[in-house]
Amino acid sequence: MTRFSAFSLFAKALSGHQDWPEQWPDAAPKPAYDAIIVGGGGHGLGAAYYLAKKYGITNVAVLEKGWIGGGNTGRNTTIIRSNYLYDESAHLYDHAVKLWDGLSQELNYNIMYSKRGVMMLAHNVHDVQSLQRHINANRLNGVDNEWLTPEQAKAYCPPLNIAPDARHPVLGAALQRRGGTARHDSVAWGYARAAAALGVDIIQNCAVTGIRRGADGAVEGVETTRGYIASKRVGVSAAGNSSVIMQMADLDFPLESYPLQALVSEPIKPTFPCVVMSNTVHAYMSQSDKGELVIGAGTDQYVSYSQRGALHIVEHTLAAICEIFPIYRRMRMLRTWGGIVDVTPDRSPILGKTPVKGLYVNCGWGTGGFKATPGAGDLLAYTMAKDEPHKINAPFNLDRFRNGRLIDEAAAAAVAH
Amino acid sequence: MILIHCPYCDEKRPEIEFVNAGQAHISRPLDPSSQTDEEWEAYLFIRANPRGRHHERWRHVYGCGRFFNAVRDTVTDKFETTYKAGEPRR
Repeated sequence: MTRFSAFSLFAKALSGHQDWPEQWPDAAPKPAYDAIIVGGGGHGLGAAYYLAKKYGITNVAVLEKGWIGGGNTGRNTTIIRSNYLYDESAHLYDHAVKLWDGLSQELNYNIMYSKRGVMMLAHNVHDVQSLQRHINANRLNGVDNEWLTPEQAKAYCPPLNIAPDARHPVLGAALQRRGGTARHDSVAWGYARAAAALGVDIIQNCAVTGIRRGADGAVEGVETTRGYIASKRVGVSAAGNSSVIMQMADLDFPLESYPLQALVSEPIKPTFPCVVMSNTVHAYMSQSDKGELVIGAGTDQYVSYSQRGALHIVEHTLAAICEIFPIYRRMRMLRTWGGIVDVTPDRSPILGKTPVKGLYVNCGWGTGGFKATPGAGDLLAYTMAKDEPHKINAPFNLDRFRNGRLIDEAAAAAVAH
Repeated sequence: MILIHCPYCDEKRPEIEFVNAGQAHISRPLDPSSQTDEEWEAYLFIRANPRGRHHERWRHVYGCGRFFNAVRDTVTDKFETTYKAGEPRR
């Protein structure tokens, strides 16, 4: 692996940046591995990297049915924050935010983490009370969050319409300054490159078609479109397709998969300095470094694996965006797309062991998995290496749907993840 | 937007007239106090979530207001059929 540095950039500039070597090899599957990760998104690649880096398991394969980062990792709106209400969630998401810090240096790959702040708008009395409760809960958990008056919110984000007669009046906002955005593709590529340098095989175009188990029920390997691969440790990080993979091990999961849409505008000069979310009217937006306004819309109401959503969902979000930020009313939208999000009944992820020995799972992140990428990768790696969950992900077990210890962020947290 | 055939109105209407009401043919336990934790988990939380043929309930909320069942492919979003509540699973 060629290390990126000011010197290497300068040296390659002399040859017009034409002779960079490939950043990691396109590996072919070996007959057996110490650990297999199913799903080559940010979470799966992160897990492979941390298995090799922190837990000393380097004989690892990442199996991706398409191309790495081509699922939800490349389809999200790149928002990073950790202002979740409950203790368990605050610890889980803040673990990730702490890892985002310094990740570019650790991976020697610029993931463009930008702490530009995530501001959540309050439009009515209930929003004010709910956001202030969040601020207090977050602070008790060591997560930064602060209350802004409408004028302070306007100063932080000038395109915001705070007129008292606005369709969605702004009564205040909660601001997490450590929140922000990162370049999502770079996260996948950075983890892939760093993991491959430690010996991990990144295998693309390799769909898992079955899970082979021994007489004692334990995992022995996976059947794939590129042949059988043996491994006694398999971690599944397959987002919207998690139910389908779990069915291969005869496990029924409490998941439903929905299309979630996002869209971008034509690129313009920098006008939008932060991330703004409005859960009440379901609109959230930021501006990418390319200049596009990146807008998140809602999920469709029905279970689907189609990776596209309905136009009326987008229309609903854009109507809200036009009211909250009137200066963008004449912007043209460039592209829309959908990703399939796996949603749990309590809107919290499932991250840990399964009833099948040797099978581990990281799923159920629903509409908000990107922000957790480094944390989820690290915790899945820990759980696979030690065969027991870390204390941060222990509450996010599968048993909670049986014993009732739900982490019910659905009703209480910011719903638009 | 998908078009949905309401078996009561016998008309194909746009999706925004309907709400999806989740997986079909899940029946509430007749004797709740005799249920084990596993049975409650299955009833409350476990869902089929198939990639392909899916049985689901819809309600024609801005039409006749009635619930009915449907079979839809979750990859293409195409409806195979819709049928009235109470009719056998197709």
